Amino acid sequence: MFRKTSPCFGLLLLLAVDFSLATRLAVDVGPDTWLGRGARSRGSRGADTGDLLTILFGDARRMFANHFFVEADVYFHSGYYPSIFDQQARPKDASHMAGEHGENEEQEHEKAMDFLGKPKDWIDRFGRNFFVTEHMHLGGGTEREILPWLRISASLDPQRIETYTVAAYWLRARLGKVKEAEQFLREGLRANPDSSEILFELGKLYYENYKDVQHARNLFQLALRKWTARNADQPAKAALFQFEQIMTHLARLEEDQGNYREAADYLENLLTHDATPNPEIIRRQIEELKQKADASPPSPAPAVKPHGK
Amino acid sequence: MNKILALAGVVIKELYRRKDFYVLFILTALITLVMGAANFFNDTNIVRYLIEICLLLIWISALAIAIGTAARQIPAERENRTIFPLLAKPVTRAHLLVGKFLGCWLACGIALVVFYTFLAIVSGAREHQWPVVHYFQALWLHWMCLAVVVGLVLWGSVIFSAPSANATICLIVVVGILLLGRHLNVVALRQAEPLSSILYTVYFVIPHLEWFDVRDLIIHGQGLVAWPAVLLASLYAATYTATFLLMAWLVFRRKALNV
Repeated sequence: MFRKTSPCFGLLLLLAVDFSLATRLAVDVGPDTWLGRGARSRGSRGADTGDLLTILFGDARRMFANHFFVEADVYFHSGYYPSIFDQQARPKDASHMAGEHGENEEQEHEKAMDFLGKPKDWIDRFGRNFFVTEHMHLGGGTEREILPWLRISASLDPQRIETYTVAAYWLRARLGKVKEAEQFLREGLRANPDSSEILFELGKLYYENYKDVQHARNLFQLALRKWTARNADQPAKAALFQFEQIMTHLARLEEDQGNYREAADYLENLLTHDATPNPEIIRRQIEELKQKADASPPSPAPAVKPHGK
Repeated sequence: MNKILALAGVVIKELYRRKDFYVLFILTALITLVMGAANFFNDTNIVRYLIEICLLLIWISALAIAIGTAARQIPAERENRTIFPLLAKPVTRAHLLVGKFLGCWLACGIALVVFYTFLAIVSGAREHQWPVVHYFQALWLHWMCLAVVVGLVLWGSVIFSAPSANATICLIVVVGILLLGRHLNVVALRQAEPLSSILYTVYFVIPHLEWFDVRDLIIHGQGLVAWPAVLLASLYAATYTATFLLMAWLVFRRKALNV
């Protein structure tokens, strides 16, 4: 009896030992050890909890996350996208995907996306019948198609902040899914508690969608504090763009509430930090706000004072 | 012709007697349905990712079936020594090759019909649209592509010593063409001579299988491919298939059959 069952018994025993060792190792020599202390200090929730994706992929998950983020961009362009052989035409950031661009940027984007050029030979010419050759962006509700890739990208790399802000933009601004956008942003905030970008996006959601002014003001001001803490020395150009965004939104909020003096103070911060490409326009707006402040009765001060020099 | 059809019939029977097709279909269906059950931001209208995953699995499965079936046809006949009684009948080596090709190609066609019907049902149930003509065009081009692949593998099966080596090499070549074929001219232009000329020659010689891969058009809801282009592409595939079969016959007609 023992002889007959011994191979199966042995196999089961080995499987049980394997499973025990694997689960034990996942706890003892967990992702913290694999990713190093850096991952923990970055507030890596995924790494701290030792989730399955981290255990399976390690740091490679960031590479996969990037791939899926690019896949969302491919969907956004309806399949018309430069390959690795047209690297110079690849979009440098995701701002075009989040709809945050003016006319100039749109023209530049159009120019950059004309990567196919004229057909080089008859094979190239005929082959263009069989793939997407027209540059277009998703619209009319089909933007939802990019969401699965962003969701997967966020699952693989919870520290990729852009994923949360881009997905939240489409969810709340185009698809009317404000609750889902808020949930996703909060998920991002749990993984990146110091992210001024996510706080700013949450502030916009509260201001533009929920019309909750006090909550939005608090979120914008918290985003500003986080930005200041991170960029205390010499802020980069991209960081200054975010500073401009926070300040202009705070100014707009205060102006809408009739707090013209505070709104002007926020805009003056833009000039002080040299954070606007159009200082003349900002100066004119400040003047207008000051005139409005002089003309209107004094309003109650906001909860937190504007960011100083 | 009857001899060729009889030989083809045997290959088709082999497809439904073997487990390969069932396993690949069940895996495709299972993965697609599991992915379809995923909830993304409570939006039940998201469908393109599902079509992309399903089409990718269909392409992988179809290539596995085509290469796997074609690679073992002639070596198996030789190994089992059934090729001798077969050729003792009034069946020439050309008949054998064409019959094997037709059988493999029709078997792939049957498999594709099942796979694409499943895709149409899954996507139709989700987005409530039935772009039957688009799916038919994709299926047809896919089938034409597999004709070239089967021809290539049959040629390989009379050159290489083992079916495994043939299958592996053909798989690498086919996947390589599918991934790089379209860009080879761009790469060639960036190289110095003589590499540039060599690469450009390769670009003109290889069968451009990537033409037949219209997954992106289906996934992103683009229009149909112009029918004249489909017809020309089908002629292109037929020419390459005939070329591969002719080369296979040239090798096979003088080949010793004993293992």
